[in-house]
This record gives sequence, C-alpha cells and structure tokens, in this order.
Amino acid sequence: MAEITLIEAVRQAMDEELARDENVFIVGEDVGRRGGVFRATLGLFDKYGGERVIDSPLAEASIVGVGIGAALYGMRPICEIQFADFIHPAFNQIINEAAKMCYRSNGDWTVPMVIRAPYGGGIGGGLYHSQSLEALFTHTPGLKVVIPSSPYDAKGLLKSAVRDPNPVLFFEPKKGYRLIKGKVPDGEYTVPIGPANVTRVGGDLTVFSYGMMHYYTLQAAEQVAKEGIDVEVVDLRTLYPVDRQTLLASVRKTGKALIVHEDNLTGGYGAEIAATIAEQAFSDLDAPVRRLAGPDVPAVPFSHPMQDWFMLNPAKIAEAIRQLARY
Amino acid sequence: MDLSADDKREMYWMMLLARRVDERAWVLHRQGKIAFHISGIGHEAAQIGAAFALRRGYDWVTPYYRDLALMLALGYTPADFMLSLMGKAAEPSSGGRQMPSHWSLRKANAVSHSAPVATQTIHASGIGLAIKLRKEDKVVLTTIGEGSTSQGEWYEGVNWAAVHRLPVIFIVENNQYAISVPPEMQMAVPSSADKACGLGLPGIMVDGTDVFAVFAAVSKAVERARKGEGPSLIETRMYRITPHSSDDDDRTYRSREEVEDHKKSDPLLNARQTLEKEGVVTGAQIDEMETRAKGIIDEAVKTAEAAPYPADDDAAYPVYAEEVRRG
Repeated sequence: MAEITLIEAVRQAMDEELARDENVFIVGEDVGRRGGVFRATLGLFDKYGGERVIDSPLAEASIVGVGIGAALYGMRPICEIQFADFIHPAFNQIINEAAKMCYRSNGDWTVPMVIRAPYGGGIGGGLYHSQSLEALFTHTPGLKVVIPSSPYDAKGLLKSAVRDPNPVLFFEPKKGYRLIKGKVPDGEYTVPIGPANVTRVGGDLTVFSYGMMHYYTLQAAEQVAKEGIDVEVVDLRTLYPVDRQTLLASVRKTGKALIVHEDNLTGGYGAEIAATIAEQAFSDLDAPVRRLAGPDVPAVPFSHPMQDWFMLNPAKIAEAIRQLARY
Repeated sequence: MDLSADDKREMYWMMLLARRVDERAWVLHRQGKIAFHISGIGHEAAQIGAAFALRRGYDWVTPYYRDLALMLALGYTPADFMLSLMGKAAEPSSGGRQMPSHWSLRKANAVSHSAPVATQTIHASGIGLAIKLRKEDKVVLTTIGEGSTSQGEWYEGVNWAAVHRLPVIFIVENNQYAISVPPEMQMAVPSSADKACGLGLPGIMVDGTDVFAVFAAVSKAVERARKGEGPSLIETRMYRITPHSSDDDDRTYRSREEVEDHKKSDPLLNARQTLEKEGVVTGAQIDEMETRAKGIIDEAVKTAEAAPYPADDDAAYPVYAEEVRRG
C-alpha cells in the first residue's frame, strides 16, 4: 500500500488501462508532450506514443465526437476535457449522441467511453476554471456520472469507467488533485460504478456529499464529534445512476439528512437526493431535509474574498451540521 | 475502377427502386397511412454513385436523413423502410424509436445518426481515427446537406480528418435548400467544396445528377483514403424536387416554375438517357425494372402493414448497454 495523491491515482489508472487493453487511447488538449495541464497524463506520451495519447485540435465537441466514432468502431477512448468549464461545446455530442446512441439504435450501437474533466473551485480559477457541472448531466439517462473523492476510489472507479460499456462522465475534484492523499493497493483492483460508500458511521444525522465536499465533510464531522455530534457520512461517488438503497438505509437509521455540494443550490444535484428521501423515507425523518450548496450566482468569482464567499469549507459544513443536529 | 454494363444496370436499378419507394411514401402520407416522410427524390445519383464506390459492408458510413438510396444500396430493404414509416417493431434502425429516415444498419457498418445536423461528421472522423490506429484499409463515407456545413461540428470533424490524414470521404449533397434557406445565405463561397481549401484537403465539385460522374469522383477519393493519403471533400450538386418534408410547404419560399424547371435535370432521366445511348439498357428492360419495383414495394407495404407495433413498455429499454437484449 503506497500513499499517493488523487491525480497520481488518476494517472496510474490510465497507465494500467493503456497497458491492459490496446483499444484504450487518450485524446484531449495538451495531453501529449505536455502531459496535461494538471499533469494527469504525465509520462504516458513517452510510454505509449502519440498514437495512443493524442493531442487534439482545440475543439471540445470534436474531442468527444471523435471519441464516440472510435468507440462505435470498438475502441475505448478516454477523452479529456481540460476544465469542466470547457465541456459545453461538447454538450450536444454528450447529450444527443453518446447518451442516446444505445437507446436510439435499439442496442445495435453502444459507446464505451470515458470523458474526464477536472471540476470545482477554490483554486483562483474564476468563472471559467471553477465550475461544478454534474447537475447538467445527471438529468440524462444513458450517461453514468462518477465523482471520486479519494485516491483509492479515483483509481478504482476510473478503471471501472474505462471498462464500462457505456459513456461515463468522470469529474475529478481538481482542488483535491494534490491535496487529497491516500493509500492504494499495489496490485490490480477496481471499484464498481454504482454503490455509494458509507465513509463514516454515525447515529445522529447523515451528510451526503461527493468529491471535494466529501473530503471537507469528513473534516467537519471530526470537528463536531468533539462537540458530541455523531455524524454518518455517505460518499455518493456514482451520482447517476444513484445508489438509492444505501442512502435510504442511512437516513432511515439517523432520521436526519444534510446534502452538501459545491454546485449552486437551485436545481442542483441535492434536490434529487432530497426528493428521494422525502418520497421514500418521509416517516423516518426527524427533521426537514437540509441542503448546503454553492450560492445561486453564475459561477465562482476570481478575487479571493468573493471566492471564499462562494466556496463551502469544513467550517461552513460543520455549522450546517450543528444546526441540523439541534433541530 | 471501370464499371461493367451489369454494374451500370444495377446502379440504375437502385436509383429507380429508391425513387419508387420514395414516391410510395408520399402516397402513403397522402392516404393518411403514415405520419411523416422526408424525401431523397433528386438525390439518387449522388447516393448511388457514392455507394458503388465503396466496398459495401466492409467500409463504414455515417449517413444523414436524405440517404434512402444510399441505404438501399447498403442493404436496407424497401420493407425495412415501410416498417420504419409505420413505426413497427421490426424496423432495423431503431425498433421504432426514431423517426423514419434516421438510419442505422449495423450489419452494413452504417451508423445511427440523430437530427441535430453535422454530429455524424465528427463520428466519421472518429471511425477514421480508429481505422488508422488499427492500421486497416477501410474507409468512412459521411454525407450531409449543404446547409449543415455551416455547423461548427462539421468544420471540427473535417479539420480532424485533415490534420490526422484520416480515411474519410465527406460528401455534401447540395440540393439548393436547407428547408427554405438557399446556399447564398449559408456560405460566402460558391461551393461547399471551396471550404476544403481552408481546412487542408482536396475539395471537388461534381454534378450530383450524374451518377457516373459521382461514382468516378468518389472512387478516386476512396482510393486516396485507402492508400493512407487522407480525406477528401466532395460536393455533389442537385436540386431538392420535393418540399423539405411532408410537414413543409415549399410554395411559401420558391416558385412552381423553378421546381418544374429543375425536373428537367432529374438524375433518373439523365442516367436513363446515358445508358440508352450506350446501349446498356433498353426500354423493355426499364419497363421490366418498373414492374419489379412495383412488386417489391407492394409486398413491402403489405408486410409492414401486417407487422406488429412494439410493445408499449419496450420504450423502457435499452438505455444502457447492459440492458440490450439480443434476439
């Protein structure tokens, strides 16, 4: 078991999948000689060559669309969108093509591909290098949407995504790329797409989160534990299709639910979780379902005071936990 | 590649069959037996000329909605088309999920497409990339209307193929109208073939009402692509004799005189004149073809009318590859 960073886990997953299956290739902006602007593909160009680690023209629709075409032919593309904020030009290819291909061809054509995109703020990236966009895609049957929060999950889930026969959107918490460290096994392993993960067992209330906010939630849970609040934490990991069984089991046990995400509140992913709980666990609730989310402004501002105002952190999450615990 | 007399007769037969199938669809629409038809009348020479330049069933095709003749040449049958017009379960493109003329035929390597235009152009380049990565000698042919060459995704797709010298043949079927909008409102160049100049691939313009001229031009492009010399862009020019679709009223944007005038350059008429002059077909042979076509189409309509609709809850599947049920 070696301790590595989240981005090293992402890189290891791609390295091992490239080695395992010759149909796997990487395509994206600056993924080749540069090794990606975050260094996710560092060394892979030298190891596997320019035919398997391909620098694309600067056009996101074509990164995804070329990936779809190659996947239809039987390849296993890993498409990198440099920042999630740049995924919008590829929206049509993702929503209308990749997601609908299997259904619209009655299963004759499927699109086994991964679209990786670093997401999230708190890194001084302003409006267009900070966005959290999961809610745009968790409304779309045909896609799978995955967000890891630890190196172990990042590696295991990305390997599963590469092997999945469907299009998988894989959002990586970029603030956590080097901040989040953790142990991963030395040998081969995968983490299945689908199941959520109870990462902290507790009895007073449940916090549901994912990605960077899950990392902060665990810190917040430790803080409030000293005050006697016993928090259960569920890392959703796969946002679509979501693991309703695990999340309902947890809320039935604790009777209180807080959903935390960095994306803005209205129409955000938390609304779906809240609705699921309200519909299926209403009689088990001891308090209204709470959501703690980014504010309803267009995106994260650049200047530090404004960025801090936008961003959630362990202290803000701890405060929301205290409020819910008091109810 | 030279065409034998048999080849030429076969090409004429496919054009004639496509025309008569298409005309029957209009009749069925007027009879209230089908809800929608989008026509390829006037496009037969371009599509059959292109189809015969391929190794059909070996090479790949990403088509667009006017490609009835092309699809028939690839193995889609008149009965398949009638099933599709009526939304019957056995329709091979989508099992009744897609509107008619949204083609897919897995066994012929003809890929499913959507309705937002030019998405298929990028898929063609992705397939071309996969062929190149696997060092195979297949080619990809993709078709599109001239209006759709305004789309960003079209440029992105063609650019990819040019940059990576992919084995793709980009066919533009310029029928003078994008629903109601003429080419001079789509582009500032006289032909979409001129756009090739800015993208770095050969751009050729050919008379799309002359099946043998199209065959010659596409054959050359196919040969280039197969030898690894890269993509070509070919504009085939014809006239859309029918309204855009059965829901369109073209009297609102063009005169009857204009339409009548263009009927003189009917590709079917052109081919017949050429073949009669060459002594390749006789009037009696053409009469025999007409009888044969009518028999096939009558039978196709009967088959489709008797065929069952999909079960209503077939609509629930297959959203994901895991749900595909192979019959």
